[in-house]
Amino acid sequence: MPLRLLAASVCAALVALGAALGPASAQPAPVLNVYNWSDYIDPYAIARFQRETGITIRYDVFDSLETLEGKLSAGRSGYDVIVPTSEPTFARLARAGALLPLDRAAIPNWRNQDPELLRRLEASDPGNRFGAIYLYGTIGLAIRPDRVRAVAPDAPLDSLDLLMQPENARRLARCGIAIMDSAIDVLPTVLRWRGRDPNSADAADLRAAEESLLAIRPHVRAITSSGNITDALASGEYCVALTYSGDTIQAQARAREAGRGVEISYIQPKEGAQLWFDMLAIPADAPHPEAAHAFINFLLQPDVMAGITNQVRYPNGVPAATPMVNEAVRDDPNVYPTPEMLARTFAVTALSATAERARSRSWNRFKAGR
Amino acid sequence: MRRLPLLLPALWLAVFVAAPLLVVLALSVARPDAGVPPFALPFGWNGGPVWRPNWEPFSLLVADGYYLSAFLQSAWVAGATAGLCLLLGFPMALGISRAAPRWRGPLLMAVLLPFWTGFLPRIGAWTGILRDEGWVNGLLRGLGWADAPLPLLYSNTALFLGMVHAYLPFAVLPLYASLSRLDLTLEDAAADLGATPAVVFRTVTLPLAAPGALAAFLLVFIPAAGEYVIPELLGPPEALLVGRVLWQEFFQNRDWPVAAALAVALLALLILPIRLFQRLESRR
Repeated sequence: MPLRLLAASVCAALVALGAALGPASAQPAPVLNVYNWSDYIDPYAIARFQRETGITIRYDVFDSLETLEGKLSAGRSGYDVIVPTSEPTFARLARAGALLPLDRAAIPNWRNQDPELLRRLEASDPGNRFGAIYLYGTIGLAIRPDRVRAVAPDAPLDSLDLLMQPENARRLARCGIAIMDSAIDVLPTVLRWRGRDPNSADAADLRAAEESLLAIRPHVRAITSSGNITDALASGEYCVALTYSGDTIQAQARAREAGRGVEISYIQPKEGAQLWFDMLAIPADAPHPEAAHAFINFLLQPDVMAGITNQVRYPNGVPAATPMVNEAVRDDPNVYPTPEMLARTFAVTALSATAERARSRSWNRFKAGR
Repeated sequence: MRRLPLLLPALWLAVFVAAPLLVVLALSVARPDAGVPPFALPFGWNGGPVWRPNWEPFSLLVADGYYLSAFLQSAWVAGATAGLCLLLGFPMALGISRAAPRWRGPLLMAVLLPFWTGFLPRIGAWTGILRDEGWVNGLLRGLGWADAPLPLLYSNTALFLGMVHAYLPFAVLPLYASLSRLDLTLEDAAADLGATPAVVFRTVTLPLAAPGALAAFLLVFIPAAGEYVIPELLGPPEALLVGRVLWQEFFQNRDWPVAAALAVALLALLILPIRLFQRLESRR
């Protein structure tokens, strides 16, 4: 995490420097305040937008949804474009009235988006009023296949059974199990694995998921942020981690760069994987809404989106971009799920405040191991 | 005119202590709401002043054993940290106070020096040292003493290493202050009367250093009780201390009133030991 923070601040400083050295004009230059995840854009896209529009981008980064939601909840954040994840943050901000309904007339490239993905998103945003798709992915298992085969040769490599069957977890504990510390991402996945409704707020369902998690709890080495897991995976610390597909792919790339023989692959559970979307949205009190619409429209161009996917290795929601994506990235089913894989995913919906508290309490019992 | 010098500290306290405290108090009896910001204030104006406090956050803290267990865990971790800091800090402070005068400055500097580095990097550095592929485990593996990495990070060991490392100077400084003021002729007198060094230490040095030790304990205990960063970065998942629970209420459950009520409760509970300390001090 300190490394990520450092990297994030260096990136922000470089972008700010780039902005400062950009075209100067007599008039106060129009600006746009963007708040995105760290390491989550193609720097060239920013430079090109500034060149084409004359709008200066002030680029700021966060590395947890809580930071983003905390700032937005307090109001007057000053940001024009933010990138919240569909659940829980984007849906909650939309319901709280913290987001501006998008003006589709100002975003002609809206139609470039995959209608199927937009339909899935309606679970969080009925009518797709508040956000365009930036990048998306699934939740599954990051594994080190060699280590897993060594300690559990008969364990399935296509199913959540690999982690959730206590017998497998017991054997894998020797090479390290990590689970991301996020109730909203793990509990629906476990509910689905138990054959229940992933969006259930029913006490009995929640208890069933909790029991399954508690059964493997003694074998879990770390329950920590997905960022920490990515760092540790890249240095070969865990052999199984329940985390985001995109984080797994970033860990894989970093492990290859390090060249220490750490091979990482991703499993999208056949029982059904949770789908998540990072959204492009505009805060209700954004100081520069026109520039924000222009930026979203700019990003939804196929060549721009392809550049971003090539850079960060997360799939985007613009099908016309796919042919322009590097072959290695676009043909990797762990990055771009095949249509069959996509059919076996599910999207989560927002819960009531009471249900959310029940879920977070259940999650804390799992963390505490009792 | 004589009151003038008091104005500045009073102004400071009003702006940076009293005002934020009032905001937190108001928030703790506000109503959670789905808007921006996510609460509705307990007072308003509707033809006249309206005051409708919501006591649910506080009744939740009392009724739900989850919060009680967080307070107990925090008290235990803060108490153990303060105890460990005393155990380590006492010999350090004694050593510095008895060192040759020209060494005291540099030695005190060495205690203070870590403060010149930011708190977060100092704690973050421990993750690099303790992780499974970190320095300690690398050394153990290199020496052939361990074939599987020791689970050091996210354990109570890591939690207390971080806590003691971060808070030790808060214990050493008051201990040093009281030990350096100690009249050494009293120890000489006891020795002349036939007391062994152990008896001198137990009956003269220790009682005279007790106020400093109490101050040291409280100076560590009070900030340690609300600590968030160290348990989050280094501690085990089950170390759900008040700081972490408050964070969860604020950021994950988005329940600002309950988070504020937790902060108020923590403050109220910490005022008790502070008052106790002041009473003991004034009695001397």
